[in-house]
Amino acid sequence: MNRYLLAAYAATWIIHIAYLSTLVSRYTKLKREIDELKKS
Amino acid sequence: MKLAFPILGVLTAILLSYALYMALVVAPTEQTMGDVQRIFYYHVPSAWTAFILFTINFVASIVYLVRRKPAADIVALVSAEVGVVFCTIVLVTGPIWARPVWGIWWTWDMRLTSTLVLWLIYVSYLVLRRFSASGETPVLAAALAIFGALCVPFVYFSIWFFRTQHPQPVMGGGGSIDPRMLHVLLINWLAFSCFAFLVCWSRYRLEKVQRDVEQAHAMASLGQSSRSTR
Amino acid sequence: MPTPAGVTRATLLKDLRLEWRSKDAINSMLFFSLLVVVVFSFSFDPTAEESRRIAGGLIWVAFLFAAVVALNQTWAREIRNQVLDAYRVSPAPANSLFLAKAFGNFLFVTILEALMTPLFIAFYQLRAVGPAWQLLIVAALGTWALVVNGTFFAAMSLRTRSREIMLPLLLFPISIPAILGMVQATTAILTGEGARVWIALLLSYDLVFTTACLLLFEMVLNAE
Repeated sequence: MNRYLLAAYAATWIIHIAYLSTLVSRYTKLKREIDELKKS
Repeated sequence: MKLAFPILGVLTAILLSYALYMALVVAPTEQTMGDVQRIFYYHVPSAWTAFILFTINFVASIVYLVRRKPAADIVALVSAEVGVVFCTIVLVTGPIWARPVWGIWWTWDMRLTSTLVLWLIYVSYLVLRRFSASGETPVLAAALAIFGALCVPFVYFSIWFFRTQHPQPVMGGGGSIDPRMLHVLLINWLAFSCFAFLVCWSRYRLEKVQRDVEQAHAMASLGQSSRSTR
Repeated sequence: MPTPAGVTRATLLKDLRLEWRSKDAINSMLFFSLLVVVVFSFSFDPTAEESRRIAGGLIWVAFLFAAVVALNQTWAREIRNQVLDAYRVSPAPANSLFLAKAFGNFLFVTILEALMTPLFIAFYQLRAVGPAWQLLIVAALGTWALVVNGTFFAAMSLRTRSREIMLPLLLFPISIPAILGMVQATTAILTGEGARVWIALLLSYDLVFTTACLLLFEMVLNAE
């Protein structure tokens, strides 16, 4: 497969996955905060 | 309701895989550009999706200014953020496509330039949201969103007119499109739209939880301070 | 109960009087204009043929720079003396305040432009092939485009962090069509081509965004 084609498709998914990972990490941080709030 | 998300997630994943297969295998090879042209099936749907999301941002901002519903503000934020993600993909895949076809990474052609300006406008929107004082953020952001949306026709017209005076090769080629290619394009667009919807939905839920947590913090500290004054 | 126009005039005169009292303002404006043109002349060799062709763009970048400096200044005083809160509470219409600030900025930037233009003409040996009076129209429309949005965004940036960088950050992307118009119109007039479409673009841009600013300013002022 043409390497530019591969690069374009890979870049697309890398960007999407990067964004989704930021969402996931923010969510886990929030979960921790909620647990702390529930305890106090 | 809770099941809807995972089910849609699986369906979307299947659809995306199918669309990828169509783009790489089923779609006919383009005559002049060859296989590289298949970038088109990711580049164009991303652009359309970004555009739809920015339109949603515009509508949500107006709704917020008129009705002052927090949900509208969250929709505005989410659509701008996800829109910028898709717009970034357009700006990255564009040059990757341009390089083998035209020999240059960037061409100040109509479509790429307009997309760049759009990207700049909505990134500035996100920066405003991040940096402004939290009480006034929704109203300020909504105002900026309206300015941004009003600007869009000017962006397209000014760059179009500039390009008719100083012509450049048009990215992605003009003219009619092979119906088989159109079919693959639309399938990819459908797949990415479903994907965008799920991402927005997730981001919406995340934002709601975040705001609830912030409110809980505020209530907790209020409760503590009132206790200590007694 | 003072009329909106009266409030605008009064506020504008007050701002002008305050600026005028500090004579330093005039001297620093003069020196600033000279500095900008000289720095540009070193960066873009005036004797090179290419530089003469892009002079239109150079001038407007210099004007844009001056506009940002001016815009950042004009609200600073209001914040220091908490004048803004007084405005929000007073019955005076918010738009009067906005227009007063916008006209004041327009005047301020126009003066800077008027100081820089002769220097640019001299250093770059500029000559207009087309009708030179049209340049005045372009200058007025272009400056207003920058100033009207700039005043609005300056007000929005008042309570944001990194206020001074926030203003250009918000202003530049939205101003891109107008900047393209100003530069292309100026270049077209200097080289003798038609600038009519660009002038029409600038005019409609000014109308649309002035309206938007007037409709939204009150909300932005009272945002909390």
